[in-house]
Amino acid sequence: MQEAVISRAKELLADGTVNRVVGWKAGEFAYDTTPAVFTSAEELDAGFIYNDFCAPNLSKYIIKESRKEGKLLVFLKPCDSYSFNQLLKEHRILRENVYIIGVECTGKVDADTVKSKGIKGITGMESDGENVTVHTLYGDKTIPKSETLGDKCKTCKSKKHVIFDEMIGNDGEVNNDGARFEMVKKLEKMTSEERYEFWRGELSKCIRCNACRNVCPACSCENCVFDNPASGIQQRAATDSFEENMFHLIRAFHVAGRCTDCGECTRVCPQNIPLHLLNRKYIKDINEFYGEYQAGEDLDTRAPLNAYTFGDCEPNIVYKRGGKE
Amino acid sequence: MQVNETKGFRPKIVAFCCNWCSYAGADLAGTNRINYPADVKIIRVPCSCRVNPMFILRAFQRGADGVIMCGCHPGDCHYTSGNYFARRRMTLLFSMLDYMGIEKERTRVEWVSAAEGAKFAATMNEFVETVTKLGENKRLEDLRCKKQ
Repeated sequence: MQEAVISRAKELLADGTVNRVVGWKAGEFAYDTTPAVFTSAEELDAGFIYNDFCAPNLSKYIIKESRKEGKLLVFLKPCDSYSFNQLLKEHRILRENVYIIGVECTGKVDADTVKSKGIKGITGMESDGENVTVHTLYGDKTIPKSETLGDKCKTCKSKKHVIFDEMIGNDGEVNNDGARFEMVKKLEKMTSEERYEFWRGELSKCIRCNACRNVCPACSCENCVFDNPASGIQQRAATDSFEENMFHLIRAFHVAGRCTDCGECTRVCPQNIPLHLLNRKYIKDINEFYGEYQAGEDLDTRAPLNAYTFGDCEPNIVYKRGGKE
Repeated sequence: MQVNETKGFRPKIVAFCCNWCSYAGADLAGTNRINYPADVKIIRVPCSCRVNPMFILRAFQRGADGVIMCGCHPGDCHYTSGNYFARRRMTLLFSMLDYMGIEKERTRVEWVSAAEGAKFAATMNEFVETVTKLGENKRLEDLRCKKQ
Protein backbone atom coordinates (compact mmCIF):
# COMPACT_ATOMS: atom_id res chain seq x y z
CA MET A 1 0.00 0.00 0.00
CA GLN A 2 2.70 2.45 1.02
CA GLU A 3 4.70 1.82 -2.18
CA ALA A 4 1.64 2.36 -4.36
CA VAL A 5 0.83 5.58 -2.54
CA ILE A 6 4.37 6.95 -2.81
CA SER A 7 4.79 6.06 -6.47
CA ARG A 8 1.49 7.72 -7.39
CA ALA A 9 2.47 10.81 -5.41
CA LYS A 10 5.79 10.95 -7.27
CA GLU A 11 4.02 10.69 -10.63
CA LEU A 12 1.73 13.57 -9.80
CA LEU A 13 4.64 15.65 -8.54
CA ALA A 14 6.68 14.86 -11.65
CA ASP A 15 3.98 15.75 -14.19
CA GLY A 16 3.26 19.00 -12.41
CA THR A 17 -0.33 18.26 -11.42
CA VAL A 18 0.55 19.13 -7.87
CA ASN A 19 3.49 20.88 -6.25
CA ARG A 20 3.26 19.41 -2.77
CA VAL A 21 1.88 16.42 -0.96
CA VAL A 22 0.13 16.35 2.37
CA GLY A 23 0.62 13.02 4.07
CA TRP A 24 2.07 11.32 7.11
CA LYS A 25 5.58 10.86 8.41
CA ALA A 26 6.94 9.05 11.43
CA GLY A 27 6.55 11.00 14.62
CA GLU A 28 8.46 10.72 17.84
CA PHE A 29 7.69 7.00 17.95
CA ALA A 30 7.23 4.77 14.94
CA TYR A 31 3.62 4.10 15.92
CA ASP A 32 2.92 7.77 16.40
CA THR A 33 2.60 9.31 12.96
CA THR A 34 2.36 12.97 12.29
CA PRO A 35 1.00 15.00 9.38
CA ALA A 36 3.61 16.49 7.06
CA VAL A 37 4.00 18.33 3.77
CA PHE A 38 6.36 16.89 1.15
CA THR A 39 7.57 18.86 -1.84
CA SER A 40 9.89 16.48 -3.67
CA ALA A 41 10.34 12.83 -4.59
CA GLU A 42 13.40 12.63 -2.30
CA GLU A 43 11.40 13.85 0.66
CA LEU A 44 8.69 11.33 -0.09
CA ASP A 45 11.22 8.51 -0.16
CA ALA A 46 12.82 9.66 3.03
CA GLY A 47 9.79 10.32 5.14
CA PHE A 48 6.40 9.41 3.73
CA ILE A 49 4.56 6.57 5.39
CA TYR A 50 1.14 5.07 5.04
CA ASN A 51 0.47 2.14 7.33
CA ASP A 52 -1.86 0.99 10.08
CA PHE A 53 -0.72 3.77 12.39
CA CYS A 54 -1.67 6.71 10.14
CA ALA A 55 -4.67 7.77 12.15
CA PRO A 56 -4.33 11.58 11.94
CA ASN A 57 -7.09 13.22 9.93
CA LEU A 58 -5.47 15.46 7.31
CA SER A 59 -8.60 17.42 6.37
CA LYS A 60 -8.07 20.28 8.75
CA TYR A 61 -4.58 20.99 7.42
CA ILE A 62 -6.04 21.56 3.98
CA ILE A 63 -7.82 24.72 5.09
CA LYS A 64 -4.57 26.64 5.24
CA GLU A 65 -2.69 24.59 2.67
CA SER A 66 -5.32 25.03 -0.02
CA ARG A 67 -4.98 28.80 0.18
CA LYS A 68 -1.31 28.67 -0.72
CA GLU A 69 0.17 28.83 -4.20
CA GLY A 70 -0.42 25.86 -6.48
CA LYS A 71 -2.28 22.62 -6.23
CA LEU A 72 -1.70 20.10 -3.48
CA LEU A 73 -2.18 16.39 -3.21
CA VAL A 74 -3.82 14.96 -0.13
CA PHE A 75 -4.50 11.42 0.96
CA LEU A 76 -7.81 10.89 2.66
CA LYS A 77 -9.07 7.88 4.54
CA PRO A 78 -12.83 7.31 4.46
CA CYS A 79 -13.57 9.15 7.71
CA ASP A 80 -11.26 12.00 6.69
CA SER A 81 -13.21 12.39 3.47
CA TYR A 82 -16.34 13.14 5.51
CA SER A 83 -14.49 15.90 7.36
CA PHE A 84 -13.17 17.21 4.06
CA ASN A 85 -16.63 17.29 2.56
CA GLN A 86 -18.01 19.07 5.60
CA LEU A 87 -15.30 21.74 5.38
CA LEU A 88 -15.97 22.09 1.68
CA LYS A 89 -19.64 22.60 2.44
CA GLU A 90 -18.69 25.36 4.86
CA HIS A 91 -16.55 27.01 2.16
CA ARG A 92 -13.36 26.56 4.14
CA ILE A 93 -11.42 24.75 1.43
CA LEU A 94 -10.61 25.80 -2.13
CA ARG A 95 -11.54 22.61 -3.93
CA GLU A 96 -9.80 23.59 -7.17
CA ASN A 97 -6.46 23.62 -5.34
CA VAL A 98 -6.79 20.11 -4.02
CA TYR A 99 -6.22 16.78 -5.67
CA ILE A 100 -7.62 14.01 -3.51
CA ILE A 101 -6.52 10.41 -3.49
CA GLY A 102 -8.72 8.19 -1.39
CA VAL A 103 -6.77 5.52 0.43
CA GLU A 104 -8.21 2.31 1.73
CA CYS A 105 -8.44 2.02 5.49
CA THR A 106 -8.86 -1.17 7.47
CA GLY A 107 -8.84 0.49 10.86
CA LYS A 108 -5.94 2.16 12.62
CA VAL A 109 -4.00 0.85 15.56
CA ASP A 110 -4.49 2.91 18.67
CA ALA A 111 -1.46 3.04 20.94
CA ASP A 112 -3.61 3.80 23.99
CA THR A 113 -5.68 0.66 23.43
CA VAL A 114 -2.46 -1.37 23.26
CA LYS A 115 -1.18 0.25 26.43
CA SER A 116 -4.47 -0.42 28.18
CA LYS A 117 -3.78 -4.15 27.75
CA GLY A 118 -1.07 -3.79 30.33
CA ILE A 119 1.80 -3.76 27.86
CA LYS A 120 4.56 -1.60 29.31
CA GLY A 121 7.82 -0.22 28.02
CA ILE A 122 6.78 -0.05 24.38
CA THR A 123 9.68 0.79 22.07
CA GLY A 124 7.96 0.23 18.77
CA MET A 125 5.09 -1.38 16.93
CA GLU A 126 4.66 -3.04 13.60
CA SER A 127 1.58 -4.22 11.82
CA ASP A 128 1.26 -6.69 8.96
CA GLY A 129 -2.44 -6.05 8.54
CA GLU A 130 -3.49 -9.09 10.57
CA ASN A 131 -1.37 -8.94 13.67
CA VAL A 132 0.39 -6.18 15.49
CA THR A 133 3.82 -6.90 16.89
CA VAL A 134 4.63 -4.76 19.87
CA HIS A 135 8.30 -4.38 20.70
CA THR A 136 8.85 -3.72 24.35
CA LEU A 137 11.77 -3.57 26.72
CA TYR A 138 10.67 -7.00 27.95
CA GLY A 139 10.48 -8.67 24.56
CA ASP A 140 8.03 -8.78 21.68
CA LYS A 141 4.33 -9.41 21.94
CA THR A 142 1.92 -10.16 19.13
CA ILE A 143 -1.75 -9.32 19.29
CA PRO A 144 -4.43 -9.48 16.62
CA LYS A 145 -4.97 -6.09 15.00
CA SER A 146 -8.70 -6.21 15.69
CA GLU A 147 -7.91 -5.98 19.40
CA THR A 148 -5.74 -2.91 19.02
CA LEU A 149 -8.28 -0.65 17.37
CA GLY A 150 -9.50 2.43 19.17
CA ASP A 151 -13.19 2.95 19.78
CA LYS A 152 -13.55 5.05 16.66
CA CYS A 153 -12.31 2.24 14.41
CA LYS A 154 -14.02 -0.58 16.28
CA THR A 155 -17.37 1.08 15.61
CA CYS A 156 -16.39 2.51 12.21
CA LYS A 157 -19.30 4.40 10.67
CA SER A 158 -18.19 4.13 7.08
CA LYS A 159 -15.46 2.78 4.87
CA LYS A 160 -16.87 4.61 1.87
CA HIS A 161 -15.06 7.63 0.46
CA VAL A 162 -17.49 10.45 -0.07
CA ILE A 163 -15.12 12.59 -2.09
CA PHE A 164 -12.03 11.72 -4.15
CA ASP A 165 -10.39 12.28 -7.51
CA GLU A 166 -8.94 8.82 -7.61
CA MET A 167 -8.69 5.79 -5.37
CA ILE A 168 -5.87 3.55 -4.27
CA GLY A 169 -7.19 0.30 -2.86
CA ASN A 170 -10.86 -0.52 -2.52
CA ASP A 171 -13.76 1.68 -1.59
CA GLY A 172 -15.88 0.25 1.23
CA GLU A 173 -19.42 0.46 2.46
CA VAL A 174 -21.31 2.64 4.90
CA ASN A 175 -21.92 0.86 8.17
CA ASN A 176 -25.34 1.63 9.58
CA ASP A 177 -25.54 -0.91 12.39
CA GLY A 178 -25.58 1.84 15.01
CA ALA A 179 -22.85 0.12 17.03
CA ARG A 180 -21.19 3.47 17.59
CA PHE A 181 -24.08 4.56 19.80
CA GLU A 182 -23.85 1.60 22.18
CA MET A 183 -21.88 3.46 24.81
CA VAL A 184 -24.17 6.50 24.55
CA LYS A 185 -27.17 4.22 25.08
CA LYS A 186 -25.49 2.65 28.06
CA LEU A 187 -24.96 6.07 29.60
CA GLU A 188 -28.53 7.11 28.86
CA LYS A 189 -29.78 4.10 30.78
CA MET A 190 -27.88 5.17 33.89
CA THR A 191 -29.46 7.36 36.52
CA SER A 192 -28.78 11.05 36.43
CA GLU A 193 -26.56 10.64 39.50
CA GLU A 194 -24.47 7.93 37.84
CA ARG A 195 -24.09 9.95 34.68
CA TYR A 196 -22.98 12.90 36.71
CA GLU A 197 -20.38 10.77 38.48
CA PHE A 198 -19.20 9.35 35.19
CA TRP A 199 -18.69 12.72 33.56
CA ARG A 200 -17.14 14.30 36.64
CA GLY A 201 -14.67 11.46 36.74
CA GLU A 202 -13.80 11.86 33.08
CA LEU A 203 -13.88 15.62 32.70
CA SER A 204 -11.98 16.31 35.91
CA LYS A 205 -8.96 14.79 34.17
CA CYS A 206 -9.02 17.60 31.61
CA ILE A 207 -5.90 19.74 31.63
CA ARG A 208 -7.24 22.19 29.04
CA CYS A 209 -4.40 21.52 26.64
CA ASN A 210 -6.89 22.36 23.88
CA ALA A 211 -5.66 19.42 21.81
CA CYS A 212 -9.26 18.35 21.12
CA ARG A 213 -10.07 21.77 19.80
CA ASN A 214 -6.90 22.11 17.77
CA VAL A 215 -7.27 18.78 16.04
CA CYS A 216 -11.02 18.95 15.42
CA PRO A 217 -11.83 19.54 11.74
CA ALA A 218 -15.17 21.09 12.74
CA CYS A 219 -13.43 23.48 15.17
CA SER A 220 -11.83 25.56 12.49
CA CYS A 221 -12.99 29.09 13.35
CA GLU A 222 -10.26 31.66 12.86
CA ASN A 223 -11.32 33.31 16.09
CA CYS A 224 -12.29 30.81 18.71
CA VAL A 225 -14.59 31.66 21.60
CA PHE A 226 -12.08 30.04 23.93
CA ASP A 227 -9.38 32.49 22.84
CA ASN A 228 -11.46 35.48 23.75
CA PRO A 229 -9.93 37.12 26.85
CA ALA A 230 -13.40 38.28 27.89
CA SER A 231 -14.76 34.74 27.91
CA GLY A 232 -13.18 34.00 31.29
CA ILE A 233 -12.08 30.62 30.01
CA GLN A 234 -9.22 31.74 27.83
CA GLN A 235 -6.31 29.35 27.26
CA ARG A 236 -5.70 28.18 30.76
CA ALA A 237 -6.27 25.21 32.97
CA ALA A 238 -9.73 24.92 34.42
CA THR A 239 -9.80 26.09 38.01
CA ASP A 240 -13.22 24.76 38.84
CA SER A 241 -15.39 21.80 37.97
CA PHE A 242 -17.72 24.25 36.28
CA GLU A 243 -15.09 25.33 33.78
CA GLU A 244 -14.27 21.75 32.88
CA ASN A 245 -17.93 21.08 32.20
CA MET A 246 -18.45 24.32 30.35
CA PHE A 247 -15.49 23.94 28.03
CA HIS A 248 -16.58 20.51 26.85
CA LEU A 249 -20.27 21.36 26.76
CA ILE A 250 -19.72 24.43 24.64
CA ARG A 251 -17.18 22.78 22.42
CA ALA A 252 -19.50 19.87 21.74
CA PHE A 253 -22.38 22.25 21.10
CA HIS A 254 -20.35 24.32 18.66
CA VAL A 255 -19.71 21.28 16.52
CA ALA A 256 -23.20 19.78 16.92
CA GLY A 257 -24.65 19.02 13.51
CA ARG A 258 -21.25 19.52 11.90
CA CYS A 259 -19.29 16.82 13.70
CA THR A 260 -18.64 13.95 11.31
CA ASP A 261 -17.67 11.66 14.17
CA CYS A 262 -14.09 11.23 13.04
CA GLY A 263 -13.06 10.55 16.63
CA GLU A 264 -9.94 12.72 16.54
CA CYS A 265 -10.79 14.45 19.83
CA THR A 266 -10.62 11.20 21.76
CA ARG A 267 -7.57 9.99 19.92
CA VAL A 268 -5.47 13.04 20.75
CA CYS A 269 -6.67 13.52 24.31
CA PRO A 270 -3.59 13.04 26.52
CA GLN A 271 -5.89 12.21 29.43
CA ASN A 272 -7.94 9.66 27.49
CA ILE A 273 -11.25 11.40 28.05
CA PRO A 274 -13.91 9.79 25.82
CA LEU A 275 -14.89 13.10 24.24
CA HIS A 276 -16.49 11.45 21.22
CA LEU A 277 -19.30 10.32 23.54
CA LEU A 278 -20.42 13.94 23.81
CA ASN A 279 -20.43 14.40 20.05
CA ARG A 280 -22.12 11.08 19.50
CA LYS A 281 -24.86 12.07 21.89
CA TYR A 282 -25.62 15.08 19.71
CA ILE A 283 -25.50 12.96 16.58
CA LYS A 284 -27.83 10.42 18.14
CA ASP A 285 -30.25 13.11 19.32
CA ILE A 286 -30.26 14.79 15.92
CA ASN A 287 -30.95 11.45 14.25
CA GLU A 288 -33.79 10.73 16.62
CA PHE A 289 -35.39 14.16 16.68
CA TYR A 290 -34.80 15.55 13.22
CA GLY A 291 -34.15 12.53 11.04
CA GLU A 292 -30.99 10.71 10.07
CA TYR A 293 -28.20 13.10 9.28
CA GLN A 294 -24.55 12.41 8.65
CA ALA A 295 -22.41 15.53 8.49
CA GLY A 296 -20.11 15.59 5.48
CA GLU A 297 -22.02 12.94 3.59
CA ASP A 298 -23.07 15.34 0.86
CA LEU A 299 -22.71 18.96 -0.12
CA ASP A 300 -26.28 20.18 -0.40
CA THR A 301 -28.31 19.24 2.67
CA ARG A 302 -28.75 21.84 5.38
CA ALA A 303 -27.15 21.28 8.74
CA PRO A 304 -29.79 20.33 11.32
CA LEU A 305 -29.12 23.38 13.47
CA ASN A 306 -29.43 25.69 10.47
CA ALA A 307 -32.83 24.36 9.59
CA TYR A 308 -36.20 23.69 11.13
CA THR A 309 -39.56 22.20 10.33
CA PHE A 310 -42.89 23.32 11.73
CA GLY A 311 -43.48 19.94 13.27
CA ASP A 312 -40.22 19.67 15.22
CA CYS A 313 -40.49 18.03 18.60
CA GLU A 314 -40.88 20.33 21.57
CA PRO A 315 -37.97 20.67 24.01
CA ASN A 316 -39.96 18.88 26.69
CA ILE A 317 -39.25 15.64 24.84
CA VAL A 318 -36.15 15.58 27.03
CA TYR A 319 -38.34 15.23 30.12
CA LYS A 320 -40.82 12.85 28.62
CA ARG A 321 -38.27 10.50 27.18
CA GLY A 322 -37.92 7.17 28.92
CA GLY A 323 -35.08 6.38 31.25
CA LYS A 324 -34.52 6.81 34.90
CA GLU A 325 -34.56 10.10 36.73
CA MET B 1 -44.84 39.53 42.19
CA GLN B 2 -45.01 38.30 45.70
CA VAL B 3 -42.40 38.47 48.41
CA ASN B 4 -42.52 35.29 50.37
CA GLU B 5 -41.52 35.63 53.98
CA THR B 6 -40.90 31.95 54.62
CA LYS B 7 -37.39 31.05 55.66
CA GLY B 8 -35.40 28.20 54.19
CA PHE B 9 -34.24 27.53 50.69
CA ARG B 10 -35.38 29.95 48.03
CA PRO B 11 -34.19 29.08 44.55
CA LYS B 12 -32.78 31.57 42.11
CA ILE B 13 -34.50 31.25 38.79
CA VAL B 14 -33.40 32.98 35.63
CA ALA B 15 -36.06 33.42 32.95
CA PHE B 16 -35.05 34.46 29.46
CA CYS B 17 -38.11 36.12 27.99
CA CYS B 18 -38.47 37.29 24.44
CA ASN B 19 -39.36 40.93 24.08
CA TRP B 20 -42.44 40.43 21.92
CA CYS B 21 -44.40 37.71 23.63
CA SER B 22 -43.19 36.38 26.94
CA TYR B 23 -41.94 39.66 28.35
CA ALA B 24 -45.28 41.22 27.51
CA GLY B 25 -46.93 38.14 29.01
CA ALA B 26 -45.03 38.73 32.25
CA ASP B 27 -46.13 42.34 32.13
CA LEU B 28 -49.71 41.25 31.71
CA ALA B 29 -49.41 38.93 34.70
CA GLY B 30 -48.25 41.98 36.65
CA THR B 31 -51.00 44.30 35.53
CA ASN B 32 -53.55 41.58 36.16
CA ARG B 33 -52.10 41.15 39.66
CA ILE B 34 -51.52 37.46 39.28
CA ASN B 35 -49.03 36.17 41.81
CA TYR B 36 -45.81 34.57 40.81
CA PRO B 37 -42.71 34.14 42.98
CA ALA B 38 -40.12 36.88 43.30
CA ASP B 39 -37.43 34.22 42.85
CA VAL B 40 -37.82 34.54 39.11
CA LYS B 41 -35.37 37.01 37.62
CA ILE B 42 -36.36 37.97 34.12
CA ILE B 43 -33.81 38.76 31.44
CA ARG B 44 -35.31 40.35 28.37
CA VAL B 45 -33.94 39.20 25.03
CA PRO B 46 -35.00 40.41 21.59
CA CYS B 47 -35.97 36.90 20.54
CA SER B 48 -35.71 33.45 22.08
CA CYS B 49 -33.25 32.77 19.28
CA ARG B 50 -30.91 35.29 20.88
CA VAL B 51 -30.27 32.93 23.75
CA ASN B 52 -26.82 31.52 23.29
CA PRO B 53 -26.24 28.19 25.06
CA MET B 54 -23.44 29.99 26.87
CA PHE B 55 -26.05 32.27 28.51
CA ILE B 56 -27.71 29.26 30.10
CA LEU B 57 -24.41 27.94 31.42
CA ARG B 58 -23.39 31.38 32.63
CA ALA B 59 -26.64 31.68 34.55
CA PHE B 60 -25.90 28.39 36.29
CA GLN B 61 -22.35 29.50 36.94
CA ARG B 62 -23.46 32.71 38.59
CA GLY B 63 -25.72 30.83 40.97
CA ALA B 64 -28.99 30.11 39.21
CA ASP B 65 -30.78 26.99 40.42
CA GLY B 66 -33.04 26.80 37.40
CA VAL B 67 -33.15 28.39 33.98
CA ILE B 68 -36.30 28.76 31.92
CA MET B 69 -36.54 30.12 28.42
CA CYS B 70 -39.79 31.65 27.23
CA GLY B 71 -40.60 32.69 23.70
CA CYS B 72 -43.43 33.24 21.29
CA HIS B 73 -45.44 30.18 20.33
CA PRO B 74 -43.98 28.41 17.31
CA GLY B 75 -45.42 30.16 14.28
CA ASP B 76 -45.86 33.46 16.11
CA CYS B 77 -42.26 34.66 16.18
CA HIS B 78 -41.90 38.39 15.60
CA TYR B 79 -38.95 37.59 13.37
CA THR B 80 -40.81 34.78 11.58
CA SER B 81 -38.57 31.87 12.43
CA GLY B 82 -36.37 32.67 15.42
CA ASN B 83 -38.13 30.41 17.86
CA TYR B 84 -37.94 27.47 15.47
CA PHE B 85 -34.17 27.64 15.59
CA ALA B 86 -34.21 28.23 19.33
CA ARG B 87 -36.40 25.18 19.75
CA ARG B 88 -33.89 22.88 18.08
CA ARG B 89 -30.97 24.43 19.89
CA MET B 90 -32.50 24.22 23.34
CA THR B 91 -33.79 20.69 22.80
CA LEU B 92 -30.27 19.55 22.05
CA LEU B 93 -28.64 21.57 24.80
CA PHE B 94 -31.04 20.43 27.49
CA SER B 95 -30.77 16.87 26.32
CA MET B 96 -27.00 17.20 26.66
CA LEU B 97 -27.24 18.72 30.14
CA ASP B 98 -29.40 15.77 31.12
CA TYR B 99 -26.82 13.42 29.57
CA MET B 100 -24.11 14.98 31.67
CA GLY B 101 -26.12 14.37 34.79
CA ILE B 102 -27.52 17.83 35.43
CA GLU B 103 -31.08 17.36 36.71
CA LYS B 104 -33.36 17.86 33.74
CA GLU B 105 -36.01 19.60 35.85
CA ARG B 106 -33.70 22.58 36.21
CA THR B 107 -34.09 23.60 32.59
CA ARG B 108 -37.26 24.28 30.73
CA VAL B 109 -38.64 25.91 27.61
CA GLU B 110 -42.15 27.34 27.59
CA TRP B 111 -44.00 29.24 24.90
CA VAL B 112 -45.91 32.16 26.39
CA SER B 113 -47.75 34.70 24.26
CA ALA B 114 -48.37 38.33 25.17
CA ALA B 115 -51.96 37.45 26.06
CA GLU B 116 -51.05 34.63 28.41
CA GLY B 117 -50.33 36.43 31.67
CA ALA B 118 -52.05 33.69 33.61
CA LYS B 119 -50.05 31.00 31.88
CA PHE B 120 -46.83 32.87 32.61
CA ALA B 121 -47.61 33.05 36.31
CA ALA B 122 -48.75 29.44 36.45
CA THR B 123 -45.61 28.27 34.65
CA MET B 124 -43.36 30.21 36.97
CA ASN B 125 -45.17 29.01 40.08
CA GLU B 126 -44.84 25.45 38.96
CA PHE B 127 -41.22 25.80 37.89
CA VAL B 128 -40.18 27.46 41.14
CA GLU B 129 -41.91 24.71 43.08
CA THR B 130 -40.09 22.02 41.08
CA VAL B 131 -36.70 23.65 41.57
CA THR B 132 -37.35 24.28 45.26
CA LYS B 133 -37.93 20.57 45.67
CA LEU B 134 -34.69 19.81 43.87
CA GLY B 135 -32.79 22.17 46.10
CA GLU B 136 -29.61 24.01 45.40
CA ASN B 137 -27.83 23.52 42.10
CA LYS B 138 -24.74 21.57 43.09
CA ARG B 139 -23.84 19.81 39.90
CA LEU B 140 -23.24 22.83 37.72
CA GLU B 141 -22.01 25.42 40.13
CA ASP B 142 -18.92 27.57 40.26
CA LEU B 143 -17.72 27.79 43.83
CA ARG B 144 -15.86 31.01 43.10
CA CYS B 145 -19.15 32.67 42.28
CA LYS B 146 -20.82 31.67 45.54
CA LYS B 147 -20.98 34.00 48.48
CA GLN B 148 -19.31 32.62 51.57
